[in-house]
Amino acid sequence: MNKHFVEFNKVTKEFPRVIANDDVSFSIKKSSVHALLGENGAGKSTLVKVLYGLLAPDSGSISFNGNILNISSPSEARATGIGMVFQHFSLFESLTVRDNLILGIDKNISYNDLKNQLQDISSKYNLPLDLDAPITSLSAGEKQRVEIVRILLQDPQLLIMDEPTSVLTPQEVKNLFVTLNALVDEGRTILYITHKLEEVITLCDEVTIMRSGKVIDSCSTENQTAKSLATKMLGEKLEELKTDYSHIKNTKSLSAKNISCSFNDPFFTDLKDISFEVNVGEIYGIAGVAGNGQSELMDILVGENTLIDSGELIFNNINIESFNPQKRRDLSIAFVPENRLGHSAVPELTLSENILLSQFPKNKFSKNGILNHNFIDNHAKKVIDTFNVVTPGSDAKASSLSGGNLQKFVIGREISSKPKLLIISHPTWGIDAGAEHAIRESLIELSQNGTSIIVLSQDLDELIEITHRISVIFEGKLSEPFNTKDVDITKLGLLMGGKNE
Amino acid sequence: MNIDLIIGIVQIILIATTPLVFAGIGELVTEKSGVLNLGVEGMMLVGAVTAFVTLVVTNSYILAFIFSIISGILMSSLFAFLVLVLMSNQVATGLALTIFGIGLSSMIGKNYIGTPIDGLTPWYFVILSFLIVFFVSYFFYKTKSGLILRAVGESHNSAHALGYSVLKIRLLAIIFGGSMCALAGSYMSICYAPMWQEGMTAGRGWIALALVVFATWKPGRILIGAYIFGGVTILQMNLQAFGLRLPAQFFNMAPYIATMLVLVIISSNKLRIKLSAPASLTLPFYKGR
Amino acid sequence: MNNFFPTIVTRSNSSQLMNILVPIIAVFLTLITGSIIFSIMGFNPFFALHTFFISPISTSYGISELLVKATPLALIAIGLAFCFKNNIYNIGAEGQLTMGAIFGGGIGIYFYDTNGFWLLPLMILGGAIGGALWGMIPALLKTKFNTNEILTSLMLVYVALLILDYLVVGPWKDPQGYSFPKTRQFSESGRMPLLFSGLRVHLGLIITLLLIFISWFIFSKTIFGFQLKVSGFSPLAARYAGFNQNTLVYLAFGICGAFAGIAGLSEVSGPIGLLYRDISPNYGFTAIIVTFLGRLHPVGIIFASLVIALTYLGAEDAQLFMQIPAAVGFVFQGLILFYLLGADILVNYKVVFKK
Repeated sequence: MNKHFVEFNKVTKEFPRVIANDDVSFSIKKSSVHALLGENGAGKSTLVKVLYGLLAPDSGSISFNGNILNISSPSEARATGIGMVFQHFSLFESLTVRDNLILGIDKNISYNDLKNQLQDISSKYNLPLDLDAPITSLSAGEKQRVEIVRILLQDPQLLIMDEPTSVLTPQEVKNLFVTLNALVDEGRTILYITHKLEEVITLCDEVTIMRSGKVIDSCSTENQTAKSLATKMLGEKLEELKTDYSHIKNTKSLSAKNISCSFNDPFFTDLKDISFEVNVGEIYGIAGVAGNGQSELMDILVGENTLIDSGELIFNNINIESFNPQKRRDLSIAFVPENRLGHSAVPELTLSENILLSQFPKNKFSKNGILNHNFIDNHAKKVIDTFNVVTPGSDAKASSLSGGNLQKFVIGREISSKPKLLIISHPTWGIDAGAEHAIRESLIELSQNGTSIIVLSQDLDELIEITHRISVIFEGKLSEPFNTKDVDITKLGLLMGGKNE
Repeated sequence: MNIDLIIGIVQIILIATTPLVFAGIGELVTEKSGVLNLGVEGMMLVGAVTAFVTLVVTNSYILAFIFSIISGILMSSLFAFLVLVLMSNQVATGLALTIFGIGLSSMIGKNYIGTPIDGLTPWYFVILSFLIVFFVSYFFYKTKSGLILRAVGESHNSAHALGYSVLKIRLLAIIFGGSMCALAGSYMSICYAPMWQEGMTAGRGWIALALVVFATWKPGRILIGAYIFGGVTILQMNLQAFGLRLPAQFFNMAPYIATMLVLVIISSNKLRIKLSAPASLTLPFYKGR
Repeated sequence: MNNFFPTIVTRSNSSQLMNILVPIIAVFLTLITGSIIFSIMGFNPFFALHTFFISPISTSYGISELLVKATPLALIAIGLAFCFKNNIYNIGAEGQLTMGAIFGGGIGIYFYDTNGFWLLPLMILGGAIGGALWGMIPALLKTKFNTNEILTSLMLVYVALLILDYLVVGPWKDPQGYSFPKTRQFSESGRMPLLFSGLRVHLGLIITLLLIFISWFIFSKTIFGFQLKVSGFSPLAARYAGFNQNTLVYLAFGICGAFAGIAGLSEVSGPIGLLYRDISPNYGFTAIIVTFLGRLHPVGIIFASLVIALTYLGAEDAQLFMQIPAAVGFVFQGLILFYLLGADILVNYKVVFKK
């Protein structure tokens, strides 16, 4: 019974384009931290949505605490003793912490009871909260605390954590692990979803590895190493990428000088005195936890926001801070914003049409405002071929491509113009391992051919893998740069959490 | 100025503004749940004609209001079915509801134009409109159900993840909105006018929609907005009566121009609109994935 | 689990076939609903549908009347397509139409006793300018003050109608017209030439077809058409591409206003010949349905305008021969739009029965 506290029995769930869970079977021990490990798109999220009653399986069953689980909604899941903390928080941004907590409780609760329970939980698990603060004013770590407390108020036996550390600083991660261990010590069970190998080794007792919807292995973490887990998670071994400094020239490509921008809007982070320089052929990384000003900085670098308070942006001796994106493209600067669907590509339009979103001086997409459809189509086909985009053709809608293929298409569109500078945000966010590797490889190759690249990413591993220099953004301030090859990870972690020293 | 005149003006304002309060508070509840229903004008007209015809046929005020509210429920349920179940575009569906309502009401009321009826005293409804606003305000900020409705309008995905039935809550909010619009319409044809005339709401439904924006989605402010608005409208009528020499058409434009001005003033503060508008307003909810 | 209840599943690629089929389904369902309504009202449904949809167009006069009605609908609808493609909900075309009639018609009234080949073109230009200016007001309020264009464009309809009302009972009233609220007749060269003698179909039809063709060219062949589409689907992508979205808002509203203005002018200088209160039976609002039913596509809009024009004619005949209020036409138009919006789900989703 304790060994099979939760048992997945041949769970299958199919979506139009993909079998997300293919005959998934494994079991979870009581009072343990069980890792569900896999790449993006391996089917982990779908599986836990089934467990939590958000999705119904096509076939198969789950037993919980000895009984077959028969739930069709999260509230039933909670009533059964299953709680879940989502990767993208399921909080209501404009409501207060208190309202958010009340919404998570099924039974009617008086304010006093809530306060008492809260004090218990806060002191026991080290989760302090300000009840009257609106969620918008909280940091990612604080938001997660609200989520966890909201779940704990229901006293769940099984707690599902979906990629809980993806938005946390290394120090916040440590605190989270302390909390989770305390929960297990009380007899609760945790299903911990992640794609980070180190976390599995440090935190978890057992691990189930998934790849393309199937369970590859389910075992104790005791005799596993990061390397052995990686092999199971990724399948065939991918070549390790090497960073090479020799081709970097000592001439400046882009320099940002003292850029400040205030928004007077709680949904935005003000940028304070940001300065950095990128040399020709260099890959410059900007690390940081989400919501510290990355998207605001990206908007300014792309030219989507030209209303800065002060500062200069100089590219090849030209001041470009007041240029719109098209004018910057005319100087051979290319951009890939974080969001594919609806930002760097329009999902409702075909790939050919999406080609038109960024016109570089060399392209002959139009003459006197009239489109040259043939040229556009051919260009789209060229991008599709060169970058191995899997799609039925250039007339397929962007929305019909998988995340990885669309990202390859977008990046291909941008770098096919051989830009002098590429500014890219979260290049491999939410895509499969194969595409991720291909994209990183092409970025490195691009830099070797003399393109300067600025990469904004939350994924520290990615930045360490591909960049030459790296700096950290925290609350709208950018740290000094470090050489990536001899940077101290702990130092970066402290900077990401806002601690200098 | 004598006191009777002032009392008279206040009375006129109260009587003229009440349909705006009903329709405004109904639409506010609908929008708070994350649904924009542009069919207010159509639902008001159908509500008005239903009440009027029922009254003429049955001679019962009670039945007139009951049937009117049922018409509002039916009209809004039709809208709800399209936008919630079939996930149609809310703006277009609301427009369709208004066009449909204009046609349906003039079809039903064709033979009743100019039929005389005994109007009902408006005062119960004036009081009722205040009560409903206070009730909605209490419901939103003092009850858990109200909190859930606001949460659904804020983020339907989060609400769904917590296990709340987004569609059921939105359905109820839409139906409440429809009932209030019908009540506003029946008040106009039975108490305010009292008569039936094609298109007799004369854009009040649209003004009610503007009121919700003016109120920045806060129930109490619907009252303030409606009465400022009613005051301005009545004031221009009085200016006219006091002999300010301008063609009548220019005075009649006042409500529409005032509405635009108010919208401009409120909306120009982008941040305020962003912070107060329900975050998932007009977004369709699909729980498949 | 749920064996009997169908579930709705997203299509991986939206269905092109359904895109074309859905408007036809909508019209068909409206006919079925119509016959049910007629049966309930005690009419033979076949007789009623025949009266409504067949007999109005069984003569050449009938066809001409259909084109007379379809002309303003199609012209406004193609203008609205510029707005809707850009995701701008301009619902004030009726006001823009009225302003076009006032500006263009005003020129006609001023030159009521002058003839010249230049008069009609000048009036058309006036109509376009009047409508465009009226359309630019919501555009200005939207871009400068972030004001929702749905409500402002609609409020301006009421204002435009009141201005027209003021003019025809006030300064522009026909001095020989006793006290009727109407203006003088335009001179002969201020009228739209008829295309066939004895039929009312007029030059406005040719102008409309020409403007529809130009719009088709803009939508499918030019950067401007592409920009409208992108900024309609995702404003963020338009910003990323470097398109000036405020300019797009002004252009969409301006073009739509100009088209509606020309439609208004072509009504008053076509069938009517002067200005009075009720120059348009809600063409500006009904054109919204035409645009949606025509899928924002020029060819679709031509067909849709004919279908919707038929509901006007049918309603007139129904009033004449069956004593059904003409407003039944609006009920049908509302129903078509409901069915269209409802059936639209078939484009992006498919209904499946689980095994």
